[in-house]
Amino acid sequence: MAMAIALIVLAGGSVLFYFLSPWHLTPLASNWGAIDVTIGISFWVTGVVFLAISLFMAVALIRYRHQRHRRALYEPENKRLELWLTGITTLGIAALLAPGLFVWGDFVRVPDDAHEVEVVGQQWHWSFRFPGRDGVFGGARNALIDEANPFGLVSDDPHGQDDVLVDRPGVLLPVDRPVKVLLRSKDVLHNFKVPAFRAKMDAIPGQVSYFWFTPTRTGEFQAVCAELCGIAHFAMRARVQVVEPERFEAWLAEQPTHGELIARGPGNPEAGKAHYAACQACHGARGQGQQATNAPRLAGLDADYLRRQLHNFRVGARGTREGDDYGRQMRPFAQSLPDEAAIRDLAAYIETLPVAPTAATVEGDRRMGERLYRSCATCHGPQGQGRSAYRAPRLAGMSDWYLVRQLQHFRAGIRGRHPRDAYGNQMVDMAQVLVDDAAIRDVVAYIHDLPGTASAVARTPGEEE
Amino acid sequence: MHEREYDASSQAPPAEVEEMELVHPRTFLGKYIWSQDAKVIAVQYALTATAIGLVALVLSLLMRLQLGFPNSLSLIDPGSYLQYVTMHGMIMVVYLLTAIFLGGFGNYLIPLMCGARDMAFPYLNMLSYWVYLASVLILVAGFFVDGGSSGAGWTLYPPQSITPGTPGADAGIILMLVSLAVFIIGFTMGGLNYVVTVLQGRARGMTLMRLPLTVWGIFMATVMALLAFPALLVAVLMMLLDRTLGTSFFMPEMLSMGEGGDHRGGSPLLFQHLFWFFGHPEVYIVALPAFGIVSDLIAVHARKNIFGYRMMVWAIIIIGALSFVVWAHHMYVSGMSPYFGFLFATTTLVIAVPTAIKVYNWVLTLWRGNIHLTVPMLFAIGFLFTFVNGGLSGLFLGNVTVDVPLSDTYFVVGHFHMVMAVAPVLVIFGAIYHWYPKVTGRMLDPTLGKVHFWVTFLGTYAIYYPMHFIGLQGVPRRYYAYGETTFISDSVQSLNAFITIAAFVVALAQLLFLFNLAWSYFRGREAGPNPWQATTLEWQTPHTPPRHGNFGEELPVVYRWPYDYSVPGVRADFIPQNVPPEAVEREAPAGQGGGS
Repeated sequence: MAMAIALIVLAGGSVLFYFLSPWHLTPLASNWGAIDVTIGISFWVTGVVFLAISLFMAVALIRYRHQRHRRALYEPENKRLELWLTGITTLGIAALLAPGLFVWGDFVRVPDDAHEVEVVGQQWHWSFRFPGRDGVFGGARNALIDEANPFGLVSDDPHGQDDVLVDRPGVLLPVDRPVKVLLRSKDVLHNFKVPAFRAKMDAIPGQVSYFWFTPTRTGEFQAVCAELCGIAHFAMRARVQVVEPERFEAWLAEQPTHGELIARGPGNPEAGKAHYAACQACHGARGQGQQATNAPRLAGLDADYLRRQLHNFRVGARGTREGDDYGRQMRPFAQSLPDEAAIRDLAAYIETLPVAPTAATVEGDRRMGERLYRSCATCHGPQGQGRSAYRAPRLAGMSDWYLVRQLQHFRAGIRGRHPRDAYGNQMVDMAQVLVDDAAIRDVVAYIHDLPGTASAVARTPGEEE
Repeated sequence: MHEREYDASSQAPPAEVEEMELVHPRTFLGKYIWSQDAKVIAVQYALTATAIGLVALVLSLLMRLQLGFPNSLSLIDPGSYLQYVTMHGMIMVVYLLTAIFLGGFGNYLIPLMCGARDMAFPYLNMLSYWVYLASVLILVAGFFVDGGSSGAGWTLYPPQSITPGTPGADAGIILMLVSLAVFIIGFTMGGLNYVVTVLQGRARGMTLMRLPLTVWGIFMATVMALLAFPALLVAVLMMLLDRTLGTSFFMPEMLSMGEGGDHRGGSPLLFQHLFWFFGHPEVYIVALPAFGIVSDLIAVHARKNIFGYRMMVWAIIIIGALSFVVWAHHMYVSGMSPYFGFLFATTTLVIAVPTAIKVYNWVLTLWRGNIHLTVPMLFAIGFLFTFVNGGLSGLFLGNVTVDVPLSDTYFVVGHFHMVMAVAPVLVIFGAIYHWYPKVTGRMLDPTLGKVHFWVTFLGTYAIYYPMHFIGLQGVPRRYYAYGETTFISDSVQSLNAFITIAAFVVALAQLLFLFNLAWSYFRGREAGPNPWQATTLEWQTPHTPPRHGNFGEELPVVYRWPYDYSVPGVRADFIPQNVPPEAVEREAPAGQGGGS
């Protein structure tokens, strides 16, 4: 009897849960309403079957429970009944399958008027490419990827010169225009997923996959990775903004093309030297950092990271939060730089500064720190040397008191929560691994002892220790 | 309907079954360690599988701890979380479920239910267990090597699985691959044995259509496993070559640690095809024995013949065959040509028809039965309910369009745990409560059994049912933490905490079960030869527990199908398979004047 009641309560409760639970599909923001319809049909058909079978079982348990003089019916087969049940089931399955296949017919056929965007996955961030004025993507190969050519474009392919490159995890798409998403991966499998768009697909190294959708609602959406891609899989996100077409076109025009990036080249250290004058007072003449002025060591950092942080300070993606007093101090200095070219030059200059050791000021358990550092090592390198492909700065030998403060800020969300600070977002997630201040001190004490050199990492000559 | 009598004219004359020579060991070591007795090997398999399964259970608790109460244990970092995910999945699917159903129940029940003295090749059978044990030990070694076990997810998708930076990419993945290869070798030894024994070792009169459904399920699963595991074996060997010799079967041109790697031109999708060509049949390799066993549990404890026996046998065969042409439904969003979606969605949903027929026949067997709610029966009904739930959510994921938003979310986690974790495990428990008296001669304590059942059944439902709904919201699986994910509502965290608590309660209930196993071995009620009054041959042995050779001097002769329960006009409500028609005790025919 208890079993019968349990079945009735569970089956009824399960169906009620569907209606009452606070968890539903995210509000749709694409043309794929038909997918939602197929999900709805599935819920109804399976819900009815589930209730029917469960309740039938419950009734059987009540009516035919063991009694001393009861004798079960001897009925090995009933062909008619079995045929009927087979027929009805086949119909039910067809009712589920047919709408699904019709919608799939639309899914595999991209409309002719769709524009194209390439999504490139990499451990652990996204970047984007548009085909440019000629409407054709240039050829690309993973083997050609280096710091100057992050998308691995084939240099002599004329179609590639005007390809628009967005080498950060944020993209704009025009509303109400079908878009064919081409997916590529630089390393392992990824999957570009925006729940509100419903459609998604894996990105595979060595081949190009695709899906299409039409954004139907303006707004900002979060893309996540939906195919296990390593330890920071959970922190691999991107921002997708669906905007009016005019705004999209304007934004796209601002983005650099491959040709422009190649022509621009890295910053000019000579020109950067002049800008460094303003930094000296706090960071020291050789970028060695001074704890007294709360200024960390800069020497040893790669230009890419420096550029990104100066940019973040300038646009307010860093140094604006309550509690980040020294970051707020830094902001006006970054804003005093005249333009992005100045930032590039300054970063290039700082990269040339010689690296001198810093004194250890943080005490911690280095063995605990070593274990904790495992979560950091993939991006920042086992020797703490930093890896620009992972957008991860050098940690080894950097001012340890500064690392402690930044880790505290990341963990508390004081740094890295700004929507435009994509890699900071990632650090917020990763810093949660350090459960308390003791853990932070342990890992920083370990980092401070790291040599910071790794033969596998080639850098500009001026940066070698 | 009428009783099916043994009719010698309806078939080829039953061949005289040749007596086989058995190696009767004298020493303790020979009897219980280097044993060639399928029953001892079965227990060895079951104990090993249970032990490694407990490890996987602890891993799942660690995962749940991180999800329910993030960062409460500094032991669990993102890398180790993925290692738990990987080892939990691989152990549960291969080293626990496959091993316990085929190696455990297969070894114990096939010879007994077929009326054979032992497996066809006892020595090979013994070897099969020791190779299996070796594979388990190699796998476990992964926990202790530098860098730990693999954290690539149980599907081991390349390139990630062998890329530097992935946990265990140094040694762990090599141990995992070697362990799988060894497991497959060991399984093949056992599997050939099971197939040959079912085909060649049956007692006189035991036609294929008189086999209990348990044997049918295990037999078909074994045939499938013999066909599916080679696909995994080649995939494993190719990946091993990619990892150790630098070949490029699965490894394309790609960055590794931000630098250009040495591989060129391999196909990651090729691995997925090979993996799922094994992986999907694997689902049914676990499910079919469960289907078979649960059919017998329901028939025995409802005192009623299984409804539509022939249909049940054909459904097992059809499901087995179809399960080889549905594999790519695991790959709808893998980046393979989306045009495959049409074919695989259709084959996948077609397989639902024979599966549904099995469900109907189980519940129709209950109808007009005489249902004893014994502990095995409770578990059988728990299985039916859970399996129906999990099977129906499979109709979402098999239907290509519906799968697109749901794949790689908690909907998938909920679905496959219902259908291929909880459902088969409920059958395993039911089967243990059912056959423990035969194995040990004593009954398991029914009160402890009922507590165990209710906590497990309700607890697992509380764990997995709500997961479907957070999956609907889009919550991705294999995430260490959810951080600032905008589309995930805050209530998901409370739900995760609830699920974690439920998981710990269910895990505690398993300790109760282990206690029951140990306690009843010494103190359980004496069972007698046939406590459930069942018809199949294993309950008709002259000794309980059966001795080496199973059936004493004379092998049984089979006169009827295994489901002669509540036959009209017969005094007892069951007729064992080996009772000749003339020995059946009939009631005085009431209405016919008692003449003739």
